[in-house]
Amino acid sequence: MERHFHEQLQKLREKLTVMSRSVEESIEKSIQSVMLSDAALAEEVFSMDDAINRMEMDIDDDCLKLLALQQPMAADLRFIMAAMKINNDLERMGDHSVNIAGYSKSLSGPRSVRLMENIPKMARIVRDMVSESLAAFVEGDAGRARAVCLKDDEVDRLDDALFKDILNLPHPDSESVSRSLAMVLISKNLERIADLSTNIAEEVIFIVQARTIKHHSELSLIEDRRAR
Amino acid sequence: MPNPTNHIELVTRDFSFYYGDFRALTSISMDVERNRVTAFIGPSGCGKSTFLRSLNRMNDIIPGTRVEGKVLLGGVDIYGKDVDVVDLRRKVGMVFQKSNPFPKSIFDNVAYGLRIHGERNPSAVAQRVEESLRAAALWNEVKDRLDKSALDLSGGQQQRLCIARALAVKPEIVLMDEPASALDPLATQKIEELIFELKKEYTIIIVTHNMQQAARVSDATAFFYLGELVEFDETKKIFTNPKEKKTEDYITGRFG
Repeated sequence: MERHFHEQLQKLREKLTVMSRSVEESIEKSIQSVMLSDAALAEEVFSMDDAINRMEMDIDDDCLKLLALQQPMAADLRFIMAAMKINNDLERMGDHSVNIAGYSKSLSGPRSVRLMENIPKMARIVRDMVSESLAAFVEGDAGRARAVCLKDDEVDRLDDALFKDILNLPHPDSESVSRSLAMVLISKNLERIADLSTNIAEEVIFIVQARTIKHHSELSLIEDRRAR
Repeated sequence: MPNPTNHIELVTRDFSFYYGDFRALTSISMDVERNRVTAFIGPSGCGKSTFLRSLNRMNDIIPGTRVEGKVLLGGVDIYGKDVDVVDLRRKVGMVFQKSNPFPKSIFDNVAYGLRIHGERNPSAVAQRVEESLRAAALWNEVKDRLDKSALDLSGGQQQRLCIARALAVKPEIVLMDEPASALDPLATQKIEELIFELKKEYTIIIVTHNMQQAARVSDATAFFYLGELVEFDETKKIFTNPKEKKTEDYITGRFG
C-alpha cells in the first residue's frame, strides 16, 4: 500500500534536485563571470543565491515536519537526516559561488594565461562532482557516489598546483599580487565546493548502505584504489 | 486556533458536560474545519472521548448527564429541542475503538443504514454499498464474498467495514474513537492512509491516545487536560512548537 508519507519523501527528493540545478547553474555563472570579467553575470549569481537560500529554508521546514509528524524509521530516517545535510551542503556551495563571483572585478586586466587555464579546468571537474553527487542521491547509487569521492583528489591537486605556480611568479607588483590572491581564493572556493560534493556523496552511501565512510573511515576508499 | 483555510463545519461554544455533579468538560469553544482531520489528544480521563461523543449526542443514552453551551452544525444547535437525533447521527457518523459489525453479511452491514433511512430500491442500495466499500478501501478484498458473514473478516477488515457502514448514509462528519487502537501496525497503517483519503470527501474528527498517530494523520490537533481545551492549533505547530507549556510537557513525555 502506497503511503502518503512516501509521496512526501519523493517531493523532498524533487525539491533537492531543483535546488542542486540552481546551485550548478550558479557555479557555472560564477566561473563565467570571472573568466569574462562580467559584472552582470556576477550580479545574477548574487540574486540566485537569494533563491537558493529560500529553497534551503523551505527544505529545512519540510524535514522538520517529516521528523516531527511521521516518526520515520530505518531507510526513511537515514534519507531525511541525509537530506538535511545535503540541503546545508548545497546552500554552502551557493555561498562559495557568490564568493567566486565577487572576485570577478579583481581579475580584470592582464592575466597569466597558464594560471587562468587551471581555473576552468577545476571548475569543470567541480561541476561534474556536484551534478554526479546529486544524481547518485536521486538514483540511490552508492557506486556513483564513490566515484565522486575519488575525484576530490584531482581538484586538490589542481588547487595545490595553482598555489605553487603563483608562489613562483617573478617580481610581484601590488596589482599582480591582488590578482594572484583572487585566483588563490577562487581556487580555494572551488576546492571547498568539491569537498561539499564529497560530503553529499558520503551521505548517499549512508542512505543506501547505512555505512559511514567519512573521516577516518576513508581507509576503505584508499584500499579500493590500491586494489585497482 | 488553526488557520481558517477552509469553511467551518462544526462550532462549539462554551460547551460543558456533566456526569451528575461531575463536570467532565469545561466551556469548550472550538471551530472544526471542513475536509480536514482534527485530532483530539490528552491523557486518559481528560474528556476527549466525552467531547467526541457529545458531537453526535452519543452521551444522551447515559443517565444523569447534561450539557451547557452549544454545538452548532450548519448553524443549528444539535442540542435544540426540535433536533431529530437519528438524522443528526446520519450527518455525524461514528466509528468506534472496537469494530462492531452486525452478525450479518458484509453487504447487509453496509446496507443497514440505508435501509433504516428508507432506501428501498435494491439497485440504489447495491450501488451505494459498492461506493462505500470502495471509499473504505475494502471493495477489492470482499467483492467476491459480499454474502459471507462480516464476522469472518480480519480485525482490520472489520474496522474498514464499520467505516464503510458509516459512509453509506453520506455523513458530513465522521467521528472516530480510537479507530486503530485494537489493530496491528499494518492494519493501523491502512486505516491511517484511509483517513487521509477520506478527508477529501468528509470532515474527520479522531480521538487517539496514540500521539504519533495524531501527528501522522491530522491537520489540526486539540490537546485536552482535566476537561479543558488547553491548546488547539495546526498539527505541525502543536508538534514542533506548541504555545502552552502543558502541551509541550505532554507531547515530550514530561508530564506529572
